[in-house]
Amino acid sequence: MIPELGQFALVLAVGLCLIQGVLPLWGAAVRNADWVAVARPAAAGQFVFVAIAFAILMQAFLSNDFSVAYVARNSNTALPTMYKVAAVWGAHEGSLLLWSLVLAGWTVAVAVGSRGLPEIFAARVLGVLGLISAGILLFTVATSNPFERLPVPPLDGNDLNPLLQDPALAIHPPMLYIGYVGFAVAFAFAVAALLAGRLDREWARWTRPWTTWAWMFLTMGIALGSWWAYYELGWGGWWFWDPVENASFMPWLLGTALIHSLAVTEKRGLFKSWTLLLAIGTFSLSLLGTFLVRSGVLVSVHAFAADPARGVFILMLLGSITGTALVLYAVRARNMVAEGGFHAVSREVALLLNNVFLVGATAAVLFGTLYPLFLDALGAGKISVGPPFFEIVFLIPMLPLLFLLGLGMHTAWRTMQATTLLRMVRIPALVAVLVGLIVPWLWFDRLSVLSAVGIVSGCWVVAASLRDPIALWRSQRRLPRGQWGMIVAHCGLGLFVLGVTVTSAYNIEIDESIRPGESLEIGSYELGFRGLRNVEGPNYRAVEGEFELRRDGTLVTVLAPQKRVYNVQTSPMTEASIDSAWSRDVFVALGDSLGDGAWSVRLQYKPMIRFIWFGALVMALGGLLATTDRRYRNATAPKPSPATDTLEDAA
Amino acid sequence: MTPRRQRMIVIGLVLAGVAVAVLLASAAFQESVNYFRTPTQVASGDVPATRSIRLGGMVADDSVARDPGSLTVRFTVTDYANNVDVVYTGVLPDLFREGQGVVTRGRLGADGVFEAEEVLAKHDENYMPPEVKEALANAKKAQ
Amino acid sequence: MWRYLIPVLLFAGLVAFFARGLQLDPSYVPSPLIGKPIPEFTLPTLADPNVSLSDRDLRGELSLLNVWATWCVGCRQEHGYLVELAAQSGLPIYGLNWKDDTDAARRWLQQLGDPYRVTAVDADGRIAIDFGVYGAPETFLVDADGTILFKHLSPLTAEVWQREFLPRIAQAAGQ
Repeated sequence: MIPELGQFALVLAVGLCLIQGVLPLWGAAVRNADWVAVARPAAAGQFVFVAIAFAILMQAFLSNDFSVAYVARNSNTALPTMYKVAAVWGAHEGSLLLWSLVLAGWTVAVAVGSRGLPEIFAARVLGVLGLISAGILLFTVATSNPFERLPVPPLDGNDLNPLLQDPALAIHPPMLYIGYVGFAVAFAFAVAALLAGRLDREWARWTRPWTTWAWMFLTMGIALGSWWAYYELGWGGWWFWDPVENASFMPWLLGTALIHSLAVTEKRGLFKSWTLLLAIGTFSLSLLGTFLVRSGVLVSVHAFAADPARGVFILMLLGSITGTALVLYAVRARNMVAEGGFHAVSREVALLLNNVFLVGATAAVLFGTLYPLFLDALGAGKISVGPPFFEIVFLIPMLPLLFLLGLGMHTAWRTMQATTLLRMVRIPALVAVLVGLIVPWLWFDRLSVLSAVGIVSGCWVVAASLRDPIALWRSQRRLPRGQWGMIVAHCGLGLFVLGVTVTSAYNIEIDESIRPGESLEIGSYELGFRGLRNVEGPNYRAVEGEFELRRDGTLVTVLAPQKRVYNVQTSPMTEASIDSAWSRDVFVALGDSLGDGAWSVRLQYKPMIRFIWFGALVMALGGLLATTDRRYRNATAPKPSPATDTLEDAA
Repeated sequence: MTPRRQRMIVIGLVLAGVAVAVLLASAAFQESVNYFRTPTQVASGDVPATRSIRLGGMVADDSVARDPGSLTVRFTVTDYANNVDVVYTGVLPDLFREGQGVVTRGRLGADGVFEAEEVLAKHDENYMPPEVKEALANAKKAQ
Repeated sequence: MWRYLIPVLLFAGLVAFFARGLQLDPSYVPSPLIGKPIPEFTLPTLADPNVSLSDRDLRGELSLLNVWATWCVGCRQEHGYLVELAAQSGLPIYGLNWKDDTDAARRWLQQLGDPYRVTAVDADGRIAIDFGVYGAPETFLVDADGTILFKHLSPLTAEVWQREFLPRIAQAAGQ
């Protein structure tokens, strides 16, 4: 009976979403205050019902209710409780419900956080969010009902896919969804501005914190996913340019462009229609990602099982949401007049170039992801586009972007003397070149052109970011938190670039066969294979290898990679064992038994790989600092006084 | 410099930059596009000579053989119409086994043996990669 | 101001491609086997491995061929209906036990009832490939002359039976 209540709650939520979508939008159009006032209660109501449905599904997992088909497919009595919770979003139906819950959560947050905004405007934003929610919930109810019952419940369930039984992956989807579903808020703000037919700087100030919050979660979600792929799936790789990864990375790239373009719109009243287009585009790429992952049109290691009916539905959803917004844009965007021009050396131009490069990178990734699909649709054969393409096309816009980033941070709004700018970045540039060339040469004894360029770029971004804090610290002045956010996020990007470059330039990877008692050398380390033992987990059995990691004869640690076989799904799983430190990771994974006591193993030495995820985390922290800046705290606060304005103008 | 001249230079630089970027990108694209081929296509000689392809099919039963003590594995990929012998050195993915679908990336050697650089097996043992599926269906139809 | 129309036009092109891409989805295309004779096979039966079932045994009367396995939740879901259907319709149902543990399969039929006239064991999944099986459960409607009339891809329900199978059976019987 209880699962039926869950389904009923979902249907009620659809109804409330439609009310939340239609009445306030209509009310805003005809200026009817009663209908406009419906928006907030309806939003709260739909959140409550979606949350009830979600809680009921979770309860079905926790109580092993295998009469629910979704539970039977994705859980098992022996599954540890933590993974029973994570199994709620472990497959298609539940992850859609999570999508809806996250969107409902954002909607309520907007309902609460928009109290200071003009009523009509807030109603439009909530109305747009309500329509999106209604679409996703209808999709869930019509094609992917998580509460479907089995007439004859099995005694035990089919178990969660062993790949997903992992702590990082348990929280990866919620983070990712909070991120890319959160761009729906920026989208709703953009559509509301288009409906109103006008857009002022206030609009940008309201939109900015929401966008940055979403971006922050998306950053963490992607980083977690990459970390998971590294130790669980990737045999040591951390990014594969897999279509599903690209699906979450493209909204991130465009969202980053949006954050920067919003800054220009807020400070200078420029790039208005461009910012709107980015806001529409970012959320559309999130929807596109959902479409690509759910419809099965792209083949990927991660893709959920394909179902054409779902594909058609989500394509229609993507078409109507994005299509409507773009038609509205075509009709209304010409009204968004810029409030002035700009000069060659200025913050505006720096951010314009930032946008050009980020959009270029997004377009390249989009092209590489969709091209195989296009060829297939044209009947021109099946191809796949490999990582080398993505690496190169991504690098082309990224290198100038990194170079300009260090300059752009120090430009002033409106205009600035080029010589002043150069004087400001002289020292960071010098530091970057010296550190970037000398340290790797001392540390690794070798340096290639590309790795030198990468390391210098990373150092340059870090050094340029730190210039202002150091200068201000010496003059005892304080920075607003928004500016700290920018500095920290850019610093994180620099650390990330360093991690990526050093890891890819200096990693060592060995596939070898090894017998107990033998040892292998990797870099300055020695790995001795002591032997194998059998271990038993809660829902799997495993062979565990025992490896001693030594450096200069002293024991560093003992590594224990496993080859698991899960009891229910009986598929083998490789669990790598990693010794990690700031400066390097040593990674061991067991391959197969080669007979005769020998095993194939994969050994990897990855210098500075931690900087990749640490850098991403620092970027997210920058986002957090920026969103908690005082001036966003109250949307109705009077405009900042001229004094603070100039200080923030430097931000 | 007149503003007009200045603008022309900027536009020229931007165009040159875009042109270089597009050239580099298309070169990279040529390099990293992998065509998918079935054993039947390989048997009929439909293989680009200079670039790597992806070969998909089923791992034939009783075909997997290891060189003792080394990481070199030999196996046969089949679509039940034609076979291609494959040699690979390295660690095989978890779900690689006889009678399962597989996709390998590599080049066809002069001796007709496919030298794989990478072996992929899908992480869901009850479903086959759609390309392999289609390849098998085509081979079936042709018979 | 045509430039504001560019995004929506690009997007429309993209959606058109996706719509085309969806139709290419292999599971969307009707099975190439429909209208063709069932593939040849000879497989041991579940009840007695020394006895075999071949494609010739399916000829002579209209029948169903159901692909199932004990690891498949959908099969569990449709099983009750299959038992019911076997009793009510009188139509012979043949089972193809796919990539399964034979003992588990026997236990399953003992516990849940056996709707099948005969179940053939396709332990390595080779024959299922000939049948173009995607995943279990799948149910084929086979004409008396051994032609595949229809293939259903997910659990069989009374509704699917009414909507998809009965009209085709009536048509086949009418000819």
